[in-house]
Amino acid sequence: MARALIRGRGGAAAGLRAWALVVPLAAFIGVTFVAPLGAMLTRSVHTPVVADALPETLRLLGGWDGSAAPGEPVFRALGQELLAAREARTLGQVANRVNRVEGGLRSVLTRTARRLRTAAPSPEAAPGAGTQPDATRTAGAPAPWRDAILGMDEAWNEVATWRAIERAGERFTGRHYLHALDLDEAPDGAIVAQPEDLRIYLPLLGRTLLVSLAVTALCLALGYPVAYLIARAPPDRAPLLLLLVLVPFWTSLLVRTTSWIVLLQTEGVINDLLVAVGVLDQDGRLAMIYNMTGTMVAMTHVLLPFMVLPLYSVMRTVPPEYMRAAASLGATFPAAFRRVYWPRTLPGVAAGCLLVFILAIGYYITPALVGGRTGQLISNMIAYHMQQSLNWGLAAALGGILLVCVLALYLAFDRLVGVERMRLGA
Amino acid sequence: MTEMREAVAGSLGEDRHESGTPHVEFLGVGKSYDGVTEVVRDLELTVYEGEFLTLLGPSGSGKTTCLMMLAGFEAPTAGRIRIAGQRVDDVPPRRRNIGMVFQNYALFPHMTVGGNLAFPLEVRRIDREHAAQRVRRALELVRLTGFEDRKPGELSGGQQQRVAIARALVFEPNLVLMDEPLGALDRRLREEMQYEIRRIQRTLGVTVVYVTHDQQEAMAMSDRVAVFNRGRVQQVAPPEVLYEEPEKGFVATFIGDNNLLHGRIVAAKGDVCVVDTGHGIVQAFLVAPLEVGDAVTLAIRPERVALAAEPGLYSNEFEAHVDDIAFLGDHLRVRVGVCGSSNFVVKIPNRAGHGAVLEDDRIRIGWTPLDCRALAPDKDEGGP
Ligand SMILES: Nc1ncnc2c1ncn2[C@@H]1O[C@H](COP(=O)(O)OP(=O)(O)O)[C@@H](O)[C@H]1O
Ligand SMILES: [Mg+2]
Repeated sequence: MARALIRGRGGAAAGLRAWALVVPLAAFIGVTFVAPLGAMLTRSVHTPVVADALPETLRLLGGWDGSAAPGEPVFRALGQELLAAREARTLGQVANRVNRVEGGLRSVLTRTARRLRTAAPSPEAAPGAGTQPDATRTAGAPAPWRDAILGMDEAWNEVATWRAIERAGERFTGRHYLHALDLDEAPDGAIVAQPEDLRIYLPLLGRTLLVSLAVTALCLALGYPVAYLIARAPPDRAPLLLLLVLVPFWTSLLVRTTSWIVLLQTEGVINDLLVAVGVLDQDGRLAMIYNMTGTMVAMTHVLLPFMVLPLYSVMRTVPPEYMRAAASLGATFPAAFRRVYWPRTLPGVAAGCLLVFILAIGYYITPALVGGRTGQLISNMIAYHMQQSLNWGLAAALGGILLVCVLALYLAFDRLVGVERMRLGA
Repeated sequence: MTEMREAVAGSLGEDRHESGTPHVEFLGVGKSYDGVTEVVRDLELTVYEGEFLTLLGPSGSGKTTCLMMLAGFEAPTAGRIRIAGQRVDDVPPRRRNIGMVFQNYALFPHMTVGGNLAFPLEVRRIDREHAAQRVRRALELVRLTGFEDRKPGELSGGQQQRVAIARALVFEPNLVLMDEPLGALDRRLREEMQYEIRRIQRTLGVTVVYVTHDQQEAMAMSDRVAVFNRGRVQQVAPPEVLYEEPEKGFVATFIGDNNLLHGRIVAAKGDVCVVDTGHGIVQAFLVAPLEVGDAVTLAIRPERVALAAEPGLYSNEFEAHVDDIAFLGDHLRVRVGVCGSSNFVVKIPNRAGHGAVLEDDRIRIGWTPLDCRALAPDKDEGGP
């Protein structure tokens, strides 16, 4: 842009026109991609619900020493703000947030707010205006809010309850990320790993990466010979073969999935066949669907074209003379392949692997349909938090981590292979 | 590359065509890719040890196919091929020990020059030290010492060509095939490389089967040339014989320029015959086994036709109408109409007196019967 402007008025006008042509696309991408992505990443660290609902409580808690339950002013602020939140119908969200910090507090908050509606101390019971109340000490002064709320739920006497409110009130937090990485913040602020049996996300992320790698490797192993065959086929037959590769691409996902179920289920075609020919006995039928096997088989099938197409387009550009030259120089086919053909197709291999891996790492629908309980991947967990637990912050943090993984992979790839050498087409 | 080869090269005389030990023999070889069209037909050809033989012919005449059959990448559909007396039908390309230079060089772009040259040695499990030495000597041979670490992409076309030649020689094959290796080079580089290839071939004494469609290149480099047309060999002979004594009309016009006249033999005595072209009677030198009454093609080189200063100088003398004159520096190219041919070319050397020829003029031209060869007409000119 700047260069175009320097080039003079004609150049500037041409440059502007060229940029104007991109505006619709830029706007489209902005609305459909950059904005949602930004919103998601913001959501993973921005938690304003409690801060907005309980501002005075949190302000007063700022001066709290944390050794015992705070004093009357804090209780009064809390009581009034809980009532206001109930009026504004935001109490549920507030209770949810606090509950995520400290389990069991949801009911404490909702119950307290419900009871306060009927049994709140009258406003006159408040200490006279103008006297600056000591926020933490109650020493002898009448404390109608404190007494009332403490009477409603013992939990308000616990330091942990107040700490939970304090932490839920942080407007920005890394807690979702800690959570997504199976870490936790100890009461003293130290970051510690979750106990072994409570770790969910890291093992799931590891499994997702492993499955993606395995699917990529499978696609490469299956796709390379196919692409080679098509690239070497006579020109009149290549389009037909390419069509066969693309058919699964065009088949409805549900049709494909149903076919897999018919084939792979315990009472399915493959198991029946194996039993019929005596490879398996009736009790030894293989579980090949609704588990990791199902996920891998189906994903490999779906992603295969993404491997074959870049490979094919690169292989087509490798002149057959290379292999002939290698043979005339005395190389066996494996030697010629390994030393001459394979290196020439690396840009396609890289493109195909990157494409398949990145698609696989975010795969959602196939594992959801055929993955059963053990074949779920990180995306299914994200979907769960989006749709079931409604913990969007955590879902966003998991998404963010996935994004970082993909970016890291891309950068590593760029370092190792060079993205400019990668070729998706001829 | 070895002392032995040099000794062989030294012992081979300049004039060794049609003699020596057969190295490659095509025996009745035919090839059809689709089972219908025969792209090579009834090929009978022997290449002798240490010979430089060129397959010359227009594009599509089956030269590459012959080379591919010899290298083992295509199987003949008829006949057989022998190398050093052995049938090679069942020998895969990698075991034939033939050096090959491809038209587009086929250098491996991801390997250095050194890597490319070491490749055939590595697959033969020759130890590193020996290999490095051979690579160095091969590069020396093509005058590219010190280029080991360059990638092919960093070299000029001529240098890549040299590397391709070095790679085809480094494993010391005694047969080297080259398929239009100079096609991609400009004219000056091409002439230089023609000389280089010839020098290297003489130094090593290897047998070379060379393919080109450029008749000048074939003439400049070869011991013998096999002229191809439509899958058939027309004539196999040393360059000067091809030029002076073409046996077929196709050869006569493909090697250098030739004027062709068509007619019928009306009388014959020994080597000389009298031909009626329908537009004049011509005396000619009979090279084909033809008899009175047969159709005949006469071939007359443009430079053997002279302006007749006075009548009666030549036994073949005609009045001709000058259609066109082109000044080409050392000679004039005059197109005239004579004996029913409207495209008869006369080459007049650039020296005093040529100014007498003017466009649209009528001139007298003539040639001797010896410079007018009577050939059998090409039968298969119509189709493959
Ligand atoms: N692999 C092939 N498959 C089918 N036809 C071929 C193949 N290679 C060459 N041809 C045909 O055979 C004929 C001779 O080709 P080629 O040997 O390459 O001729 P040249 O090298 O003299 O130009 C051509 O008509 C060409 O189209
Ligand atoms: Mg060719």
